[in-house]
Amino acid sequence: MAILGAIHPVLTAGLSDREDGWRLAEYEARGGYAALRRILSERIPAEKIIAEIKSSGLRGRGGAGFPTGLKWSFMPRGMDGDKYIICNTDEGEPGTFKDRDLLCHNPHAVIEGMLIGAYAVGANRGYNYIHGEIFALYRRFEDALAEARAAGLLGRNILGTDFSFELFAHHGYGAYICGEETALLESIEGKKGQPRFKPPFPASFGLYGKPTTINNTETFASIPFILNMGGEAYLKLGSPNNGGTKLFSVSGHVERPGNYEVPLGTPFAALLELCGGVRGGRRLKAVIPGGSSSPVLPAEIIMDCALDYDSISKAGSMLGSGAVIVMDETVCMVKALARLSFFYHEESCGQCAPCREGTGWLFDVLARIEAGDGRMEDVETLARVAGNIGGRTICALGDAAAMPVQSFLTHFREEFLYHIAHKTCLVPREVQWAGSGFHCADAGQQRAGRQG
Amino acid sequence: MLSEATYQKFAREVAKYPEGRARSAVMACLALAQEERGWLAPETIREVAEYLGIPPIAALEVASFYNMYDVKPTGRYKLTVCTNLPCALSGGSHAAEYLKKKLGIDFGETTADQKFTLMEGECMGACGDAPVLLVNNRKMCARMTPAEIDRLLSECA
Amino acid sequence: MLEIEIDGRKTSVREGSTVMDAAQQMNVYIPHFCYHKKLSVAANCRMCLVEVEKAPKPIPACATPVTNGMRVFTHSPLALAAQKSVLEFLLINHPLDCPVCDQGGECLLQDIAVGYGEDSGRCREKKREVAPKEAGALISMREMSRCIHCSRCVRFGQEIAGVMELGMTGRGRHAEITTFLGQSVDSELSGNMIDLCPVGALTSKPFRYTARCWELARRQTISPHDSAGANLVAQVKDGKVLRMLPRENEAVNECWITDKDRFSYPALSSPERLARPMLKQGGVWREALWSEALDYVAHGLKSITAEAGGDAAAALAAPHSTTEELFLLKKIFSRLGSRNVDCRLRQQDFSLDGQRAGASWLGMTLSELRHVDSALIAGSFLRKDHPLMAQRLRHAVQKHGAQISVLSVAADDLRIPLFARETVAPSRLVFALAAVLKAVLEEKAIAPQDQEGLAAVTVSGAARKMAESLLKGENAVILLGQAAEQSADFGVMHRLSARLAEASGARLGFLGAAANSVGAELLGFGGEANTDSRQMLVTPRRAYVLFGVEPELDAYDPRLALRALRSANMVALFTSFRHEAAMEYADALLPLAPFTETSGTLINAEGRIQRFSGVAPPLGDARPGWKILSALGSLLGFADCNFEDSAAVWRAAGIVSRGDAPEFAAGLDNGLRAAPVVLRKRASEERGLERVADVPIYFTDPIARRSAPLRQTADAAPPAARMAGATLARLGLQAEDAVRVRQGDGELAGEANLRAVLDARVPEGCVLISAGHAASASLGGMFDPVFVERA
Repeated sequence: MAILGAIHPVLTAGLSDREDGWRLAEYEARGGYAALRRILSERIPAEKIIAEIKSSGLRGRGGAGFPTGLKWSFMPRGMDGDKYIICNTDEGEPGTFKDRDLLCHNPHAVIEGMLIGAYAVGANRGYNYIHGEIFALYRRFEDALAEARAAGLLGRNILGTDFSFELFAHHGYGAYICGEETALLESIEGKKGQPRFKPPFPASFGLYGKPTTINNTETFASIPFILNMGGEAYLKLGSPNNGGTKLFSVSGHVERPGNYEVPLGTPFAALLELCGGVRGGRRLKAVIPGGSSSPVLPAEIIMDCALDYDSISKAGSMLGSGAVIVMDETVCMVKALARLSFFYHEESCGQCAPCREGTGWLFDVLARIEAGDGRMEDVETLARVAGNIGGRTICALGDAAAMPVQSFLTHFREEFLYHIAHKTCLVPREVQWAGSGFHCADAGQQRAGRQG
Repeated sequence: MLSEATYQKFAREVAKYPEGRARSAVMACLALAQEERGWLAPETIREVAEYLGIPPIAALEVASFYNMYDVKPTGRYKLTVCTNLPCALSGGSHAAEYLKKKLGIDFGETTADQKFTLMEGECMGACGDAPVLLVNNRKMCARMTPAEIDRLLSECA
Repeated sequence: MLEIEIDGRKTSVREGSTVMDAAQQMNVYIPHFCYHKKLSVAANCRMCLVEVEKAPKPIPACATPVTNGMRVFTHSPLALAAQKSVLEFLLINHPLDCPVCDQGGECLLQDIAVGYGEDSGRCREKKREVAPKEAGALISMREMSRCIHCSRCVRFGQEIAGVMELGMTGRGRHAEITTFLGQSVDSELSGNMIDLCPVGALTSKPFRYTARCWELARRQTISPHDSAGANLVAQVKDGKVLRMLPRENEAVNECWITDKDRFSYPALSSPERLARPMLKQGGVWREALWSEALDYVAHGLKSITAEAGGDAAAALAAPHSTTEELFLLKKIFSRLGSRNVDCRLRQQDFSLDGQRAGASWLGMTLSELRHVDSALIAGSFLRKDHPLMAQRLRHAVQKHGAQISVLSVAADDLRIPLFARETVAPSRLVFALAAVLKAVLEEKAIAPQDQEGLAAVTVSGAARKMAESLLKGENAVILLGQAAEQSADFGVMHRLSARLAEASGARLGFLGAAANSVGAELLGFGGEANTDSRQMLVTPRRAYVLFGVEPELDAYDPRLALRALRSANMVALFTSFRHEAAMEYADALLPLAPFTETSGTLINAEGRIQRFSGVAPPLGDARPGWKILSALGSLLGFADCNFEDSAAVWRAAGIVSRGDAPEFAAGLDNGLRAAPVVLRKRASEERGLERVADVPIYFTDPIARRSAPLRQTADAAPPAARMAGATLARLGLQAEDAVRVRQGDGELAGEANLRAVLDARVPEGCVLISAGHAASASLGGMFDPVFVERA
């Protein structure tokens, strides 16, 4: 069971470890598709559904935290022609692995959420864009779709009403950038995943140029539960303006890495406790609270922080996708940042100049410092290059690449200076190796550096 | 030429998209072609492009953009290890080092017997299960301790 | 209209304008690389970042729509910091090889680096290296490390050329521009990508390392290569044209030219150029003085016409000759008492000579083609014969969904999404056209009048679709191309098209055979008073003046032309090249200055009068055609044929301008004197196959034929016997078999050994054998019956 713990679970409530737990019958036994059936049988107006979602305080679970109800209300009404609704399961933000478990254990919640979304925004066709690396779950989702189709829950005249909706799975094949919503649209259109310049936004010019709404998997999965319990009740689960519960993917140096569902506003310390604390009882050094793109926070700040959009933002970072990367004292922050920079450099789509060139420049400098070839002025160069990328690119990947650099330098500057001056890590290599928990005969003897 | 079975799968993928939008199926078709052929030779990319009625260069753009496509031949088993930070914290990069040493190859290389290709992967969305590695794009192996890696290698025929 | 303020100055712009549009309208310069007014917006270079009031981040001017009351700052600290940082990013991986880069001195990156760059770079990391790419004979992609990924070339292919030949593969720092597998770039518009490339990544292969741009004199000229009359800049060094570039003229060629316009120039300084007059005496060729050569020709013409009458002399001129040249030629012949002048060598049906109301023309301006909403194109290899017109129609489809229908004799790829298409054997083309007329008449419930044979025509689904489209179109046009003009049924097709235009409300236009076909017709060529080229060849004359033509390549039926020329007493060839084939049948070769070395006027398909001067001195003893003809006229004693300069010849030619638009000629009219349409099935050719012939794009005229770079392109592949699979099977042939091809009987019999090629574009029962090439010059008529058998 991939959900390792929860406080007031909603999304993961009642999920079992059974092999068939994901199936339609099981989902319906847990109360699944009741919300859809009620909407269709009572012909609840779309406006009312959107109002309910707005009142729940549900904010996009993919990372940006945009209010879902508001997003749905942007879709043009009373317009002929195709409209699309798209689920973003291109989960590739380092640290995030929650949507995978939702698709694995509760795919019908996502399908029902998309159906309700389609009903609310007037979409007639949808796609779930699924991260290529989790191909087994792409197939599972297709199986779930087949079940739903066979049960009359998808296709023409759903449950005998005049509501029709087609839903398909589309898989990615290894490109982080496709998690960006317009890159994802390009990718569904069969092109390279290069983000589009906005405006126009997808609600007016989306897939194939048609009005399109895109939400994260967890967002869609939350929809049926919100409608079942009511927006107000959902909101009250969390903190004001931060309604409901959220899945947190905890990775790194904790005793039990995995997914945890807790109400928004839960103190970080409580989550850490739920995960069994820092691995081996070691000292916490830093946490990246919302996926690799969010600024790193040192232990003393995060330990006083509650996990909701506003609190984390006040602390200088972002809740993002709820991917909590925990780092203890065995981590070399130079190497950690170099690896993240390599990631953004590798995943930059190459379309716009600041990101294509800048992410490479950042990585080159960091790799050089890491290899013991740093210069004192490199720290300034990193800060300047990061500053020159941020805010000047087509999409947010530029900012995502810049923010870790800026925050690592802010909070751990002395470690970078030490690395440059001593041409090696502040944390001894064998300590780093031991910290990773990968125990083999010649641990620490192998070259741990990366070639640029 | 790709097999009839693969073409049938192509047709199923194309059917997912509105009329005139066959291009949308290029990712799925390239993946299916790679599944059959092991890698995407230029003529395979051209064949997919012709099936979908798009310029070959447009299909090549896609094949070279998404990194699970192999536009160069690989060994029978392509092992992609995630070494990104969350995984590295739990041994991802050390697992990669271990594999390099065991196989005697670096990232992007293939063993002399054409059995293994080792790739450095990016986030697979499984950070809680680190170290993770992907076998031939399809099978994800979690919590790969040295013993698990040894077992996996010995199971690969 | 929207109000916008840029750098403190106010203006109003149209709804939908971008900040870049507004800035250009106000002459405010915003640096940019990826933006191009003719291409879609990519916003990828980020060089045009500017500050907008209330926006926290700089925004790209090229992609940001103007909102009312917007205040923009292009040089504020925020804007400048963004622009400078973007430039720094673009330079970190750009090689510092300006001193050896062909783009040096005309490089956008170099210019902007001077304005926005630092004195020295701050990046100490290793620069990216990008492997050279192969792209064929015209575009060099040797230095791809210079590429700044603006994607202009890729967008050009997708949007303007209609074919994606270049793409950007890989991603991030590994992204690079390439062709598929080093395939050549074959678009007939490919050279424009060199102009679009803001750096020295795509360079001109023929021009590479021949000169620095500042050494070149820039002179204006007009393309003689097709009926569009593209405006050109010839770049000249030491009296030699070293490069040909587009001269922007929105009304004619916009900022584009064809590869034929761009890459024909190497022929102008090729060793094949004829530098001295030559005479054949006693079967031996020798160089001669002009005086000798002109004496010889004048004497020949005078004695033959004196002896056998004016009808014994004939002149065949190239339709891209200047108006001045054609005027003088016609005048001299008329003074000799000969009506035998023509420049329509590829035509076979002249039944409407003397019945046209005016000179045949496009029926609209070139720029109006962009706004067409329905077009029926009949009998044209449009993309290769008229690349710039095809480009405009492509635009009409892409931008406002115009419906383009095609009646063709081979299903060539126009790279335009077509609304309807029917491909038929040449002998069926007229019936296919008649079917559209019949469908229109039925649709409008008009009873056919004066139309013999229309009742028997079957209306296909495609014809009905075409008819509906023409009727629905508010700006519809019927365009007849070269295959229609060269057809045995041209006269009937013209009549049918005129009826169709009348009945459907569409306009009728002719795409135009060559650069000055309209000019020739305005001079009276093809009129009642003149003999047509076919008569001049069917009944051999004793003296021929060939002016810029190579009849075995340029005539409808090379065998017919050669028979006539071989039997003549005198053949004088005015030519820019030492044309080897003519050494056999000609007696005098007179070195004619090509368009770059003469002055004159061309009138393009839309009737635009375009005058140009020479851009280089004549090579050797070559002389402008008007001068040679002037001298010849004098020698013949025709005082009124003697002119001081080409402007005087132009005045004498008496071409009248349109009062309301003097840049256009008056007298353009596609109407006909009233007469019934007689649609008759020709005696079916039981024997053999029907030949279909195109004139491949780089074999249309003597200059293009001799361009070394163009000869290496895919379009320069030698002719083959191209047939559909069923035709091959019927003949018991396999693709790639060697075949013997025969045409004509008796003394007009000709044959050629070719390769059989499977080509699904060719209608069944037909074989496509290109004309205009030495390998097919031994054959007969372009659309005549042909026999194919295993060699």
